Amino acid sequence: MLFALDPLPPANLLAARDQMAVTLGFHIILACLGVAFPTLLLIANWRAIRYRDADALRLARRWTRIIAVTFAVGAVSGTILSFEMGLLWPGLMGRFGAAYGIPFAIEGIFFFLEAIFIAIYIYGWDRLSPWTHFLSGIPIAVAGFGGTFSVVTANAWMNQPAGFTLGADGQVTDVQPLGVIFNNATWYEAGHMFLAAYMVTGFLLASTYAVGHLRGRMDRYTRLGFMIPFVVAAIATPLQIGMGDIAARAVFNDQPAKFAAMELVQTTGPNTPVVLGGILVHGKVVGGLTIPGLGSLLAGFNTDTVVRGLDQVPVADQPPVDVVHIAWDTMLSAGFGLLALAAWFGLTWLRRRELPTSRWFYRFAAAAGVAAVVALEAGWVVTEVGRQPWVVYGLLRTSDAVTRAPGTLISFVAVMVIYVILGTATLLVLRAMSRQGGPETARDDVPYGPSQ
Amino acid sequence: MSRPDVVAGVLWLGVTIYAVLGGADFGAGLWDLLAGDAQRGEAPRDLIDASIGPVWEANHTWLIFDLVILWSAFPLAFASLMSTLFVPLTLAAFGIILRGSGFVFRKYTRRLARRRAFGATFALSSVITPFFLGAALGGIASGRVPAGNAAGDPLTSWLNPTSLLVGALAVAAGAYVAAVFLVAAAHRRGNADLERYFRRRALAMGIVAGGLSILGIVVLGADAPSLSAGLTGRALPLVAASIALGSASLVLLAHGTVRWIRPVAAGAVSAIVWGWGVAQFPAILPGALTIDAAAAPAGTLDALIVISIAAAVTIGPSLAVLFILDGRSRLEAGH
Repeated sequence: MLFALDPLPPANLLAARDQMAVTLGFHIILACLGVAFPTLLLIANWRAIRYRDADALRLARRWTRIIAVTFAVGAVSGTILSFEMGLLWPGLMGRFGAAYGIPFAIEGIFFFLEAIFIAIYIYGWDRLSPWTHFLSGIPIAVAGFGGTFSVVTANAWMNQPAGFTLGADGQVTDVQPLGVIFNNATWYEAGHMFLAAYMVTGFLLASTYAVGHLRGRMDRYTRLGFMIPFVVAAIATPLQIGMGDIAARAVFNDQPAKFAAMELVQTTGPNTPVVLGGILVHGKVVGGLTIPGLGSLLAGFNTDTVVRGLDQVPVADQPPVDVVHIAWDTMLSAGFGLLALAAWFGLTWLRRRELPTSRWFYRFAAAAGVAAVVALEAGWVVTEVGRQPWVVYGLLRTSDAVTRAPGTLISFVAVMVIYVILGTATLLVLRAMSRQGGPETARDDVPYGPSQ
Repeated sequence: MSRPDVVAGVLWLGVTIYAVLGGADFGAGLWDLLAGDAQRGEAPRDLIDASIGPVWEANHTWLIFDLVILWSAFPLAFASLMSTLFVPLTLAAFGIILRGSGFVFRKYTRRLARRRAFGATFALSSVITPFFLGAALGGIASGRVPAGNAAGDPLTSWLNPTSLLVGALAVAAGAYVAAVFLVAAAHRRGNADLERYFRRRALAMGIVAGGLSILGIVVLGADAPSLSAGLTGRALPLVAASIALGSASLVLLAHGTVRWIRPVAAGAVSAIVWGWGVAQFPAILPGALTIDAAAAPAGTLDALIVISIAAAVTIGPSLAVLFILDGRSRLEAGH
């Protein structure tokens, strides 16, 4: 066996996991923008053409410029992840690349199409006829959907590996590509991620216009800039909570250790409570609000449902319980907070056909972008940390997948430095763009026009 | 041809396209770096910006395509080379992220000081990235990457004569193709000054690349004898084609001709990439792994062949549209 276990440099596992966490945690936000932002842009673009709406046109032009920046940063930060697959996890790729790699190959096509049509769309302003230009944007949104599906398929496969046969030496001997792609976790993970992309993008974008509103910009341009993304995110939110409920029940069946960590379930049995907040100290739940029986009820629609606890999971196979539980509660808090905000908006709209007027609504809306990102990151921690200590659930431990190369610690520190600078620069550039030349200087908004 | 060979062929095609198009985008960064201060460098930088702006992300995607084909079809080779070549490939990855973000940040920034900083980041990383990618390839081609998790030497696998040569050649070849593309771009815009500007640079870089290739004969002969034997044996027709096309492109440049110059220069680079592949065939990691030994099971390879056909059918026409629209806009903008 080529990737057998020889002594592991002790710092490697921690450094590699942290580097992966930083780079993926950064990229996942940009990936969400890459998936959902084009749809919001197309809604504005469609309104602009269909109703000759000058405000919508200005929004569409402005959003195009933002997408040009976020897509480029997303493209390169995604490439780093491809490198890291081999740089940090050669044990994973060497053993399972033949199966695990397939969804990425499909994702490659979608990403390629996205890159091509984003370029055509960006460049097509003022050069293509309005409807042709609009149509050139459709493949971007479609590719975003396909890309999410295929890349999340790969993550789902890590949680529910399928579609291959292992030989006696542990190598993959036979691969059924459709089995890899349509594994147990594909549907609920992909659906959950896709809706998350729309929530994150919608609430983030809307929050910038909510800030504008609080600063006294109440014109139609600002209102429309708020409405389009907020409505999309508000529709996605209840769907997402339903989807998350399905996903949690699937995790209860598919990955009992992850579920036990999420809900801080210590002992196996019926009538399992839900603990809101709280941590484990010496195997006892400390703090938090305990709601008796709710865990069993949610998992199996009946308080008699037996939930497997950590007592049935060998200590060596347990994920970091507190991290998973706190991340889980954080995601839920942020998610239900956003649901309340969406309901506030929805009820006001149903009654009065107008936006809420309360400043408090806009204060919460201004925080909604950050809340959505927090929910995204926390949910991702639940999935990834909850799968530990496995990188391929039940088959390959993360510690056996990590590189034996010296220098991971240096590389991690360098990544931290680069990403702090990159993140700061991205925000600075986006902020400067939002300040320079308001919507009235539409001519300057032409991307790829001659630079000054 | 066996299934693994077919997929290896697809991979090599992807590597070739990335070497030409991705290489040219990096090369444009080198010319950006050498364009001088903000005032003197404005015109060439604007041309570079306009030329690579709409296409660099699509060109860059060939690298991702190559990586996913490599890790799915030849997982052992991927894992072995990424872990042994940890240092140069980590540096190349850093270069990639700095190049892309530096470029796009400069484009959308107006303050001169920030534009300078972003521009310098873009330009410097455009030189660093192809160098380290080339150095990594040099380590593979000279048989310094054994099979296994970081089984090779973490330093000499890429700090060796062949790696330094291939790294330098990758930078020079990219800069050469970039200058040739920019000659054509300036010509289409009817900008005779810039055409002359990049023609001079293309000629100079062509001579540098040619010189490095001649030096390469000596270096590879001493440092990588089996690669050298392959290049002068089985792969000789391709090496000869590369020399012929390279010389032809220099003649065309010296003549002031623009027609055919881009395909001829791209052909010179493509021929040497295929020459390398043929020279080390059937090895994927020379001295360690053959294409067959590294290949994934048939189910994976079949899926990758289907995916590659799907890619050709969808990406091919889309790219054609992009390049055609891009070409037209330059005509319009040429006032």
